[in-house]
Amino acid sequence: MDPSIWISIASIVTAGLTIAIGSVGPALGEGRAAAQALSALAQQPDASNTITRTLFVSLAMIESTAIYCFVVAMILIFANPFTQTATQAAGG
Amino acid sequence: MEITPDQWILYEWRGVALNATVAFTWAIMALLVLGSWAVTRNLSQGETVSRWQVALEVIVGGIRDQIDQIGAARPGRYLPFIGTLFLFIATANLLMIVPGYRPPTGSLSTTAALALCVLVAVPLFAILQRGVGGYLKSYVQPNVIMLPFNIISEFSRTLALAVRLYGNVMSGTVIAGILVSVAPFFFPVLMQLLGLLTGMIQAYIFAVLAMVYIAAATKAEQKAAKAGSGHDSAPETQEKEGH
Repeated sequence: MDPSIWISIASIVTAGLTIAIGSVGPALGEGRAAAQALSALAQQPDASNTITRTLFVSLAMIESTAIYCFVVAMILIFANPFTQTATQAAGG
Repeated sequence: MEITPDQWILYEWRGVALNATVAFTWAIMALLVLGSWAVTRNLSQGETVSRWQVALEVIVGGIRDQIDQIGAARPGRYLPFIGTLFLFIATANLLMIVPGYRPPTGSLSTTAALALCVLVAVPLFAILQRGVGGYLKSYVQPNVIMLPFNIISEFSRTLALAVRLYGNVMSGTVIAGILVSVAPFFFPVLMQLLGLLTGMIQAYIFAVLAMVYIAAATKAEQKAAKAGSGHDSAPETQEKEGH
């Protein structure tokens, strides 16, 4: 088969694996963070402002790993640098 | 499919291309500047206050309160920078409801520029507050071994700021685009609603993180002094061990 087809197959499979595996960890982490924040809110409703702000900031921090995986998956699918190299090598 | 508005060329004149990112950024800047100019042209302190002035007072007061709660010494000094970041990103993301508009924050160039502003602003405010020596001392804070890690964290958090905002906004537009071709009308509307919420939260997070970085750089000494006398933290640790 043409090498560019193999590159496409590898990129699509890897993109799926990237987002699938990469979203497991942040999901568990965000669930833990939200549960802890909820119990903290129940214990100390007066500190709700601080807890909510810290929760949002830490959720953004945790979520960024999933976002990195998403960006890598998008690059693999829509802007893969290797497909262009393969077509150039095949053409020239 | 275009994943960034950089590739969408609106207008080309003798090899100089005007892409959608630049055009929409300038449109948002014009909207913000003209809007605040029109409102602040005739401010009043009397009994009758225009409703636009009230709206602006609520926004500015809210941002000032948030900065104050994060714990910076003088919120007025950071209000212009943090407020501009928040208002720009929030406007850029909220205008998603306008048809034919692509948020410029969905391009890595815009978010990298915003993150670079934060990268420059943190040392600037820290030097204004503590002097050059005090700022440079914060890099060797626990001890000298941590120097490379402190420098790396300075750059990696800038990268994280840029990629986080870009990834969130870009994922919203890409998912909407995919869903329009797969399941038109209903699901894209739901994802757009989610995108509005995400955009607002990301604007808030970007501004809060910038403020947290600035606050950490400007008041490292106060925090060390507080930790030395801290009797607040002791019961918490005991309670945690008890569980």
